[in-house]
Amino acid sequence: MNLTIRNVSKTFTSEKGEKVESLSSISLDIENQEFICLLGPSGCGKTTLLRIIAGLDKASTGTVELGGTLIDRPNPQLAMIFQEYSLYPWRTVVANIGFGLEIRKIPAEERHATVKKYVDIVGLKGFENSYPYELSGGMRQRVAVARALAVDPSILLMDEPFGALDAQTRNLLQHELLNIWEKTKKTIVFVTHSVDEAVFMADRIVVLTPRPGTICEVIPVQSTRPRDRTSVEFAKVRRYVLDLINQPKCTLQ
Amino acid sequence: MKKPLYFFLPVLILVTWEVAATVINNSFILPRLESIVAVLMDPFATTYMMGTGSLLDNAHASIIRIILGFLLAAIVAIPLGIGMGRSDGVHDFFDSTIQILRPIPPLAWVPLTLAWFKIGLTSIVFIIFIGAFFPILLNTIDGVRGIKKTWAEVAMNLGAHERQLMAKVILPAAAPTIWTGLRVGFGVAWMCVIAAEWLPGTTQGLGYLILYAYNFGQINVVVAGMVAIGIIGISFDILFRGVEKRWFGWRSLER
Repeated sequence: MNLTIRNVSKTFTSEKGEKVESLSSISLDIENQEFICLLGPSGCGKTTLLRIIAGLDKASTGTVELGGTLIDRPNPQLAMIFQEYSLYPWRTVVANIGFGLEIRKIPAEERHATVKKYVDIVGLKGFENSYPYELSGGMRQRVAVARALAVDPSILLMDEPFGALDAQTRNLLQHELLNIWEKTKKTIVFVTHSVDEAVFMADRIVVLTPRPGTICEVIPVQSTRPRDRTSVEFAKVRRYVLDLINQPKCTLQ
Repeated sequence: MKKPLYFFLPVLILVTWEVAATVINNSFILPRLESIVAVLMDPFATTYMMGTGSLLDNAHASIIRIILGFLLAAIVAIPLGIGMGRSDGVHDFFDSTIQILRPIPPLAWVPLTLAWFKIGLTSIVFIIFIGAFFPILLNTIDGVRGIKKTWAEVAMNLGAHERQLMAKVILPAAAPTIWTGLRVGFGVAWMCVIAAEWLPGTTQGLGYLILYAYNFGQINVVVAGMVAIGIIGISFDILFRGVEKRWFGWRSLER
C-alpha cells in the first residue's frame, strides 16, 4: 500500500504558551516495499512526523493516507517501533512478541505458531522465556521488531530504533533488518540522525531541515545491497549527504 | 551464626530484662520472661485471659476486623486511584478533598466514628478503613501516573481499545506500586485495629486484651499480647513482601 503524506504541518503550544511550529508543509509519497530514511538533526520534528503517520499524533494541517484511507488514529497496517523502553518488563520475550496478537484476539494456538516464527526470524531462539531485563539493548530491540512484525502490518515505522545501541550491535541489526525487509516485503519508514545509517539502509533519504522541519531534499540511493561502507560509491553518497546538511538551504529557514 | 551482630542487641535486651525483673521483683512493673513465655506458649489457654477467650481467639477477632476494613479500603481506593491517575478531571475533582483529609490521623476520627456508627464492629472497621485507605490510594495514583508513556502507545499502536489498555498495560504496570500501597496500608491498618479495640464496648481483640489485662495488673499478658501483635504484623509484612518478590520482581530488576 502506498503512503501519501500531503502538506502536513504541526504546531504545538509550549509551556510558556508560545506557538511552536515543529513541522511545516511536508509532502511525500512512499511506495509499497520502499525503505525510506527520514534524516535530520535533533528537534527537527522527524519523530513527530513518524507519530503523525502512525496516527498517534494529529497533524495541525494536512493529511496522511494509506492506500486511500485517511490515517487519523492508530491503524493495524502501521506498526511503530520505538527507540527504547517499549517492551513490557512483566512479560517474557514470547509474551511481548505475542502482545499485538493477544490484542487482536488471535486464538492461542495460532498465536504461538506466529510468535515462534518471528522468534526465529529475529534470532531470539533460546531466549523465549527470558524477561526484558535479562536482555541486552540489541536483543530488546529484536523483540520490539518481532512484536511489530507479528501483527503483519504493511508498514513498519521505526523511530531511531538502534540509536541507543553500541556501534557493533547497531551494524549487525542494520544488516538483519535489511534481511527481514527483503524477506517480509514491508515498507519501512526509518527515522535516524545518522548519515551513515541512512546511506547504508535507504532506498531514498528524506533530508529534513531544523525546526520547523521541512523537506530539504530527497536523495535516492541506487547502489545495490548489501552495501559496502568502505566502498568509493558509499563514500560518495555519504559525502553528498553530509555536504547537503551543512548547506544553507538545509540549515536555514 | 553468620551475623552475630544481628542477634546481639535482642539477646542483650532479653538478658537485661530478666536481670532487671529479678532485681525489681515486681510483676506489676516488669514480669519475668518465664511468665510471658508461658502465656505465649499456650495460645489456646483461656486461663490467663479473664474471660476474653484464648490468645488465639483474640488474635482471630483482630485479624477478622483488619481484613474487613482493609478489603473495604482496597475496594474503594484502588478504582478511585486508577481513575485519578488516568484522568486529570477525576484527579482535580477529588484531590483537594483528599489533601485535606489525609493528614488527619485515623484515631482522630474516633469520636466522630462513635457519633455516626455507635459502639461496635462498624466503628472499628471504619477506623481501619481510614488508616488503610490513604496509603493504598496514593500509591495507586503514583503507580498509574508512573507508567511509561511508550507502554500505552505501543498498545494503542497495536490496536488496543480502552478496556484492553487497562487490563493488559495499566493494571500490570501499576500493580507493583499498588501492591506496595496495600502492604503499607495493611501496616497502618494493623496499628489502627489495636487502638480501635480500645473503643468502649469492645469485648475481644488483641488491643482490647492488653488494655484489659493491664487493668487487672497482668503485665505478663500485656507483654505477651504485644509480642503477638508484633509477630502477626511482621508475618503479614513477610507475606506481602514474598508476593512482591515473586510477582513484581521485574520492577526492581528493570534497567
